[in-house]
Amino acid sequence: MDDLLTEFIAETREMLEALGGVIVAWEAAPEDRARLDEIFRFVHTVKGNCGFFDLPRLEKLSHAAEDVLADVRAGNRAADHGLVSAVLAIIDRIGEIVQALETGEALASEDDELLIEALTRKPEEVDDAAAATAGPAGAAEARKAIRSIRLSVDLLDRMMSGVSDMVLARNELARRLRGVHSDNGVENAFERLSSCIAEMRDAITRTRMQRMDSLFVMLPRMVRDISGELNKSVALEIDGGDVELDREMIEMIRDPLTHIVRNAIDHGIESAEERAKAGKAASGTLRVSARQSGNQILIEILDDGRGIDGEKLVRKAITNGVITAEQAERLSNQQKIALIFEAGLSTAKEVTAISGRGVGMDVVRANIERIGGIVDVESKAGQGVRLTLRVPLTLTIIPALTVSVGGRNYAIPRSATEEIVRAKNATVKIESLGGSKVAAIRDRRIPLVSLAEVLGVEHATPIEEQSLIVLKPAGGDDYALAVDAVHDHEELVVKPAAPVVMAAGLYAGTTLADDGSPILLLDPSGIAASADVVLDQNEIEKLAPQAPRVEHREEGVPALLFLTLAGEKRAVALSIVERIEEVSSGCVKFSAGRLRIALGEIILPLEGCGDSVPAGQLRILRLSDGNSEIAYGFAEVIDLVTLSEELKPASVPGEIGGVSLIGGEQVEVIDSYWLFGQHSEQRENGRSLTCALPADDPWMRNILRPLIEAAGYRTIDATDPKAETADLHIASAGAERPSGVSGTIITLRARPEPAGAKDDSIYRYDRVGLLTALSAHAGRKRAS
Amino acid sequence: MELLLIVTIAGERIAIPAADVESVVELEALIPVPQAAAHVAGLAALRSRVLTVIDCFASLELRTSGSQSLKEAIIVEADGHPYALLVESVEDVVEVEVEVRPVRTSLKGGWRRVARGMIEVGGDLLLLVDTHALLGGPAAQAA
Repeated sequence: MDDLLTEFIAETREMLEALGGVIVAWEAAPEDRARLDEIFRFVHTVKGNCGFFDLPRLEKLSHAAEDVLADVRAGNRAADHGLVSAVLAIIDRIGEIVQALETGEALASEDDELLIEALTRKPEEVDDAAAATAGPAGAAEARKAIRSIRLSVDLLDRMMSGVSDMVLARNELARRLRGVHSDNGVENAFERLSSCIAEMRDAITRTRMQRMDSLFVMLPRMVRDISGELNKSVALEIDGGDVELDREMIEMIRDPLTHIVRNAIDHGIESAEERAKAGKAASGTLRVSARQSGNQILIEILDDGRGIDGEKLVRKAITNGVITAEQAERLSNQQKIALIFEAGLSTAKEVTAISGRGVGMDVVRANIERIGGIVDVESKAGQGVRLTLRVPLTLTIIPALTVSVGGRNYAIPRSATEEIVRAKNATVKIESLGGSKVAAIRDRRIPLVSLAEVLGVEHATPIEEQSLIVLKPAGGDDYALAVDAVHDHEELVVKPAAPVVMAAGLYAGTTLADDGSPILLLDPSGIAASADVVLDQNEIEKLAPQAPRVEHREEGVPALLFLTLAGEKRAVALSIVERIEEVSSGCVKFSAGRLRIALGEIILPLEGCGDSVPAGQLRILRLSDGNSEIAYGFAEVIDLVTLSEELKPASVPGEIGGVSLIGGEQVEVIDSYWLFGQHSEQRENGRSLTCALPADDPWMRNILRPLIEAAGYRTIDATDPKAETADLHIASAGAERPSGVSGTIITLRARPEPAGAKDDSIYRYDRVGLLTALSAHAGRKRAS
Repeated sequence: MELLLIVTIAGERIAIPAADVESVVELEALIPVPQAAAHVAGLAALRSRVLTVIDCFASLELRTSGSQSLKEAIIVEADGHPYALLVESVEDVVEVEVEVRPVRTSLKGGWRRVARGMIEVGGDLLLLVDTHALLGGPAAQAA
């Protein structure tokens, strides 16, 4: 409603501005019919619009003016000077009220009646009344400034490209400054300029944002029409219309979304009889929702129809030669369903008027990928389909990775990048298969594409020295791209490349690097197509017997490096980061003893904020251990890093598990065991069992502790005062046994064979024995 | 009256409408575009814009290529994209009473595709060249 009112205000003000000249002209020549008509249209429109809002004053004023002007138009009254003045006074008043509405000020209404009266008065009396109103009108100038204006989209686009140019010019200046002797004053001025530009870019990016509502608004009518045509009953639920997205992106999503919704109603949701047979409500449900997650927008389309028939897809895929029968046998259920994105496969028995011919899900996928997005599909037979579109917030500025091959730099969109590994890494094996190469990375095999070969450039780096970038252009066609080196993560202002460059089919655009040289942005899908990386080769290789996933600790753990709210650099294992979200700090409450955050329908404990939460927007990491989730407030993401250096454990267990060197800097690493340990305890709503470990034994701390924690114990230091009341104590055979403690003591010995018949200690690597002892103890404790 | 820029491209003095030309610049290093059409000499940066640099020898399908060492280029914009055409030399801007005459002789290679006609400038007969046709390269002929 507020939006509509703003719109009404803006529109009225625009009309008033346009009317300015007309009013003056009408005053000079009251008999001018064309001008009279224009003014009549204005008051008529205002009166009509007032009907939508509760604006009795405006309605009354415009109604009175309309009546009088209608009389003049019908020839019942002459437009004498008095009448003109009275009408003008009313129009002025409408302008004042509109402005007051906008600035939220009160405007005295006593003389509205006077103005209306003036319309019907005799000529000689009118002048006084009109003069009487001149006072307040003059005072209007002192009023608050107007808060919103309407702008053409073209102008916004020009501003955006202007700012993009400014960013590039700034980068060039930065490069030149680096080359010359630096002066503190110049550097400071440059820093200030940089931050101004960054702010400006941010502001202008926001001006281009549009609410998803503008996209969703077409859905109710569309759903109604399609379901009517197909004689189905469908209830539409829309959520997240207030999520904002770049105007351009909204336009790019329009067609894919339309297609998906059509498909869902046509092929997904069953007829009422069929639904009744399946024991479902007669009316199908289609849920379309949008939400922001980090710098992506997630759009979800969920129906409760019959689901995708994977078997039928497979049969069709075999008939159409997309896959062979042997390949089909090895497809997982998810892979079968993903076949829907292959060209020429549609599950419908016949082509219907609704879903049409020619446009399939392959086109939907291609369209979403073109804007740097990803489509995912999930289906449960008989229960429905969930399609998720993930698209970036804007088109023009994208996070990218710069890589080089043959001495030249190229950029790769970060969104498509899954993983980066060195070819000589122990977990990577490069195999040759009929001339083409396959990379075995840990437990899977994926096609290996040499960027140098695709580009046809000479390069001298042997494959063992290269880096492999695992790319997921979409849907599941992963492949590894071999490049000479991976350099940097940058936010690049991407511009479309000239058609002659795009025609090569390998590039998504151009940009300028910090050093001012042009860089080509590679198109992962284009490269895959050019290198003939096709689904079957790919999907099949993934089905190679899956070896148990081995953690290669010495190879490093991927981690997210971020800045805490307190401004410190910290790292957290990437495997537990579910996603990044931005939420209003209004969702945070101190309740039941700690900070908690409400996200939709769930409430998560909030960490990383200390005791207070900054006002406004709060960014959170959603951490998950598979069972429970924790929100962790942070200021900004710095980079993805690999924790390859040895972790120096913290002296006491706590939120910080230790310190690692990242880029030569000491960075605190969050102890996810501890973090979840803290909260799983609360989740169980009771005291978990505690186990005291000798603080000075690194083996216990690093190797044993995870095992004990996995068994459901919370570990504490034996030196901790609370250790006395711990339920369980672990001690080394030969070391001093904990004294004066209440709990059970388990002794671990270093040698496999017991020291004697009476030795009840457990060999420290006797995992089964240890776990048995732990769970037996836990069982006794919990039972008591 | 029309303003024409006289340049030497691929060994020939030609005239192009000055209105098409944004500026004349000296290009710094070129970044090659692998797998692009042969007449794309590469990319170059100009005041934070990315130019697509066109090798006129290749665009005109001339066997002898002499573009490698060229630095001078004229900037032309087409469909919102800035292009740089590598030229051997830029002579002058002349103002002439244009009387474009159809070309009577048979032109070689790609010249036929890019020629808009002949004009006389200071007693010399020059080809008036369509810059956009030059940008398109050999493929544009089919289109």
